[in-house]
Amino acid sequence: MAATEERLRRTMMFVPGNNPAMLKDAGIYGADSIMFDLEDAVSLAEKDAARILVYEALMTQDYGNAELVVRINGLDTKFWENDVIAMVKAGIDVIRLPKTESAAMLQQLEEKIVAAEKQFDIPVGTTHMMAAIESAKGVLNAAEIAAASERMIGIALSAEDYTTDLKTHRYPGGAELEFARNMILNSARAAGVAAFDTVFTNTDDVVGFKQETEHIHQLGFDGKSLVNPRQIPMVNAVYAPTDKEIINAKNVLAAIEDARIKGSGVIAMNGQMVDRPVALRAQRVMKLAKASGLVDEDGVILD
Amino acid sequence: MEIENTAMAGTLESSDIQIMIGKGTDGIKIQLDSDVKKEFGEQIENVIRQTLLANHIDTANVKAVDKGALDCVIKARTLAVANRALGIADKPSWEVL
Repeated sequence: MAATEERLRRTMMFVPGNNPAMLKDAGIYGADSIMFDLEDAVSLAEKDAARILVYEALMTQDYGNAELVVRINGLDTKFWENDVIAMVKAGIDVIRLPKTESAAMLQQLEEKIVAAEKQFDIPVGTTHMMAAIESAKGVLNAAEIAAASERMIGIALSAEDYTTDLKTHRYPGGAELEFARNMILNSARAAGVAAFDTVFTNTDDVVGFKQETEHIHQLGFDGKSLVNPRQIPMVNAVYAPTDKEIINAKNVLAAIEDARIKGSGVIAMNGQMVDRPVALRAQRVMKLAKASGLVDEDGVILD
Repeated sequence: MEIENTAMAGTLESSDIQIMIGKGTDGIKIQLDSDVKKEFGEQIENVIRQTLLANHIDTANVKAVDKGALDCVIKARTLAVANRALGIADKPSWEVL
């Protein structure tokens, strides 16, 4: 599991790798992660040009605090090795492997990353990895995929290919995705990495998007892959804690601090014991509240 | 190094630049079409020229149609077109990036 585990990853925005205008603007929407796409969004004839364009953008553009991810071409193509070399040299945070079906595929990717890190005098281990799961085989191997390497930061469901593999398609209710979502979520949690839900491609269906986001939030996903920046505030709104949750979290953290000062081993709040899961949840609520602009740096609720 | 093959990279979409390169006879000659040529023409040509020279290309004819590209885009498209013209798009020289 990578050291960046506690990072907020509510939104991972796809940016087509060969589109200068979108590369230029990608940093202004406040996505937690920006995913530059060298795979499906780039035609075969433009793979070389997109790779260089994303490289130059990474070297010169300011993307703020966003985590920078690149989706490379699959291991069954002739493009992925050059993608890895260029992106490692550019200092990308995370390389996302598409169509992942086994831990062995990530080990193959990691070997290439190690070679590139050595080639460019980058400390070995700097570049993180994540896997997109897009098939029944990938879903059944989700546990080994999530735990494939110390470099792993997360796994993501990619529903378009997956539903085709299942011989179905996407429905508004998402019943066809329940098994995959739960497999991916539990595999991610067992390995201590993040879980990302699939994209919602109909950007005009705001109600459907909200319902799906509320559903994956309830399941426990860290966040969602997005194709349109308009979806970012909608996801953030679903992940934003309520005032009641914030006040409760502050009380929990205050009780912990109080017990620490008193040297008390047992922590109680309103007559109930505060144990580790309660404390962790409170910390996450405060982190979400800060990221949502609901509290200031000191945790004071803003109107 | 001289360019032997003609190649093209980039598009005519906003914020991009389309660059064509071909065999030249006398150094690097650049023909630029840009709405901001008066203000930035010299800078755009300079980025193209420096990028080609960094790739050891000192003789070529270049035609560029700029649609408001940032320097990093101009550099990227020049690198892409140079690699294509040299026939090394599949195994580019990463040192010159």
